[in-house]
Formats: sequence, structure tokens, C-alpha cells
Amino acid sequence: MNAFLEAFAWIADPAHWSGPDGIPTRVAEHLGYTGLTVLIAVLIAVTLGLYIGHTGRWRGISIGATGALRALPTLGLLTYLAIAFGFGIRLALIPTVIVLVVLAIPPLLAGAYSGIESVDPRTVDAARSMGMTEWQILWKVEVPLALPLIIGGIRSAVLQVVATATVAAYISLGGLGRYIIDALPVRDYTKVLVGALLVTLLALVLEGILILIQRLTVPAGVRAIRTAAPLRTSRKSTRVPVAPTGTSGQMAKQHTPTQ
Amino acid sequence: MFTSRRGRFAAGIIAAGAVLSLAACGSGDPLEPADEASGSSETITVGSAGFAESEIIAEIYAQALEANGVTVEFAGQIGQRDVYIQALEDGSIDLIPDYSGNLLQFFDEESEAKSSDEVFAALPDALPEGFEVLDQSPAEDKDSYNVTQEFSEENGVTSLADLADLDVPLIVGGNPELNERPYGPQGLTDVYGVDAANISFVPISDSGGPLTTGALLDGTVNIADIFSTTPSIKDNGFVTLEDPENMILPQNVLPLINSDKASDTVRDVLNTVSAELTTEDLIELNSRNQGDEKASPEALATDWLADKDLF
Repeated sequence: MNAFLEAFAWIADPAHWSGPDGIPTRVAEHLGYTGLTVLIAVLIAVTLGLYIGHTGRWRGISIGATGALRALPTLGLLTYLAIAFGFGIRLALIPTVIVLVVLAIPPLLAGAYSGIESVDPRTVDAARSMGMTEWQILWKVEVPLALPLIIGGIRSAVLQVVATATVAAYISLGGLGRYIIDALPVRDYTKVLVGALLVTLLALVLEGILILIQRLTVPAGVRAIRTAAPLRTSRKSTRVPVAPTGTSGQMAKQHTPTQ
Repeated sequence: MFTSRRGRFAAGIIAAGAVLSLAACGSGDPLEPADEASGSSETITVGSAGFAESEIIAEIYAQALEANGVTVEFAGQIGQRDVYIQALEDGSIDLIPDYSGNLLQFFDEESEAKSSDEVFAALPDALPEGFEVLDQSPAEDKDSYNVTQEFSEENGVTSLADLADLDVPLIVGGNPELNERPYGPQGLTDVYGVDAANISFVPISDSGGPLTTGALLDGTVNIADIFSTTPSIKDNGFVTLEDPENMILPQNVLPLINSDKASDTVRDVLNTVSAELTTEDLIELNSRNQGDEKASPEALATDWLADKDLF
């Protein structure tokens, strides 16, 4: 426990809260790498995931390929990209973001395609029979219903990227990895622990925020069904609340008579 | 169809795993030399630090000892100094090649020793009970500040002492710990009078490897800390800056050994090896290991012993 006390004392020291190696700077850098990575990875993986989920095509090969890429050791890939493609230290951000994007793609892809696939095919058929185009089905029916799972994918990706972005420090960049990589060779294990604790804390905070967003993105209709569900089994089944509006409300009503 | 394909896939993975583990068993079985033990009852476990040069020197020690009837077990790639010192203390290994200056600083941060002889003389008192170093070799591998040929000529810089008068901002590249060391940027200020405001530091964690070399070549840094036996210094025509004040500690290669295992035979063999090993040898060996040849430390050690006509 002593090591933890020392680490907390280090964090509490006001001297460590300013300057280029201060905690705010390092956290900001860390969030910067994470944000940039997740943004790029979302553009690639969610687009691909929506396509796979909607059409059912390329499913096996995309999942296999991105999963296999993830097996590459991050540190090895980072050094390889930096040296073999001549990014070096001058353009260190490029190989760093590439290796983190590789790590972020599989969970994002899984969230996106499984989200779309989880949409009841009858709902999709209903939308189609109403004359919606495929684009309208995707954006107005499938994506809203899949959003919680898509955000779930982002949650998982953010968690992994935040934890792994420490490798940026290996090739001269900043972030919380600096504390770990600078302190290890000089055996300053307190500082190593500080780095690890701050990464953990950052991951937990981001996780909390994303759980909240995930809850908020559940469509109103779906939430109504969910809250209705346990009541159906209770004795006061007559007091099933009527869902607020639209199709989902009708769906909720449809369910009640079957009891 | 689906299940059979999956079955085949699984079988493939298992087969690949089996091949890998078999291959792992095949190389350097630590028990193998025990069968060849002839007459001698001496057994010694040689360790090496987690980088190639240390492993090459450790292999030289191991093969030289084996050739003299000592039974050798080999434990390579044991990380950094704090890890292998612990391995020595708990008896996992008995012998490891080390570097005089860093070894002294590990046990005695306050030491005032500067020259190679002073460092070597200070070591016996600094080392913990039960351990000793044998003769030091003239071969040395230490931190060195390097600039490109172009930078050297443009600014008339060949020595660390020239840096104080330099107009251009100094961007130092090196392992992150250099920033904390007495011979790091702080040392350039304290020992050579370079204005601290004129120095910035870029941490690159590859011990003067290709990333550091690349950063020096593309101008991301203009002075880089590279270990003096690294072949890339010569390959790229870098100018190693002289250190007239001995700011950087001498780092002669020497065997660090558990005194219980330092029999007369072991002492004689290792002292003979150390006397023959030179800095040029280290550069040559590293070059064959890191260059296109990618020669294994084991093969390099065999070749070196043959070249020197030892044992």
C-alpha cells in the first residue's frame, strides 16, 4: 500500500500540475491521441459495420481480417511502421495513430454490424413495405435502433485505446505513457504507478461518460417496451403504461393483449 | 461442411502451435551441455542482459568456459541491470558481462571515479558481499554524443567543449533516462557550460537504434546519444564528439561473478577472454549481428574465439 500512498502524494503535489510534463498537459495529450484515433476508427469501422449489417455481405472476411490485424503486437507494429515507412520521430503521430486505429476497429465493427443485425427483420420489412428507400431504412430505422450497440462498440474501443495510447511515449510523443516510459529506466516506480493510475482513472471516467451516452441513445419506444416488460408479469398488469408516441407505442400496445 | 471446416482450422492452429513450441525446445536446451560434462564438477550459469551485445559477450564467456571443461548453463536476455542483479543475488545466474561505469553507478551513485582505472578500482568496494568483477577488458561501449558530418563541418564542432559557443539551438535525442543522468543535458550545462535555455530534449526509447539514427539524419534532433559500438555511427559517417572532461563514465566490459563460482580455471579463462576483446571487435560483432547477415550471438561467439585462436 505504501507504493500507492506515494503515488497519490505525487499526484497531489501542486508542482506536478503545471508545465510541459505536468498532469494536465499529459492528460490533454493522451486524450488528443485517443480522440483522433477513435474519430478515424469510427469513420472506417462504423461505415463498414453499417454496410455489413445492412447487406449481410463481406461479414466473415471483414471480421476475420480486422480481428487478425488486432493480433499484431502494438509495440512491434509501432516501431516497424516508424522505421520501415520512414515516419521516424519527425512524423511520430502517424504510426502511433495507425497502430491505435488497428486496435480500435474490431470492437467498433462488431458493435456496428451486430447492432444493425439485431434489428428485428419484421421492423425492416415493415419499413420497406411502407416504401422507404434502403438509405431511409438504414438511417431512420436501423441506425437509431442499433445506436446503443454502436455506442457500446465505441465504449470498448475507447477503453482499449486509452490504455494502449501509452505506447506513444515510446517514439518520443507525450501522453501519460511518458510517466511510465521515462520512469522505468531510472527505477522511479512511484512515477510508473502514477502513470498507470492516471490511465486507469481516465479510462474509468470515459467509460462512465459513454455508459451514460449509451443509456441516453436508447430510442424512446424501445425504452418504453423495456420498462413495460417487467410489469407484464406483475399482478397489476392492467396498469401497463402506454408508450408516448409513434410506432413503438403501437408495438407496446400489441404486446399487452397477448398476456 | 461448416463444422468440418472449423475443425480443420482448429487442427491447423494446434499444428502451428506445436511446431512453434517444438522449435522453442530445439534451440539452446539448457540441459544439453550437462550430458557432455567430462570429469569436471564445476557448473556455472551464465546470464546476459536484454540486448544483443551483452548476449554475444555472454556467449563468448560460455563457450570459452565450456572449452575448458566447465559445465555451462545459459540464461539469456534477462532485461536490465536491476533485474539481472537480482537474478545474481538469488542464485539464478552466477556470471554476467557488465559495463564498469554503469555498474559502479548502480551501486554507488555518489562515486567520484572518472577514469577507466579509477572506476575499476572503486568497483570492489561498491559491489555487494559475495560478488566480484574479474579483469576489465579494453573493449568499451558507452554513451556518446554524435552529430552528422554536415553539422560538424558547418558549425566547427568536434568536441562537447565546442557546444557552448554554438548559435543554433541544441536538440538532443536519446533514451528518456538520459534526461535524468549526470551526463545528460544537465551535464552539458554543468560540465561544458552550454546555456540550458539552448538545449531541448527529445526522448527516443530505442537506445540509439534506427529511430534515433533516423531522427539525427532527418534533422528532428541535431545531436544524438548513441552507444559507441553501434555500427550505424560509422555507417552514416556520424562524428562522435570528444569528451575531454570525462563527463561520460568509462564503460569497460568486465565479468561480474558470484565469488563462490570464481575458481582459478574460471578466472583464467575469463581474464584471457577480456584481454583479447577490443572495442573494434564489439563494433564488428554488432555489425554482423544487426546488419544484413543477422548472425546469431552463438555463431558470432564461436567465430570470435576461432579468430583469436583461443582454446
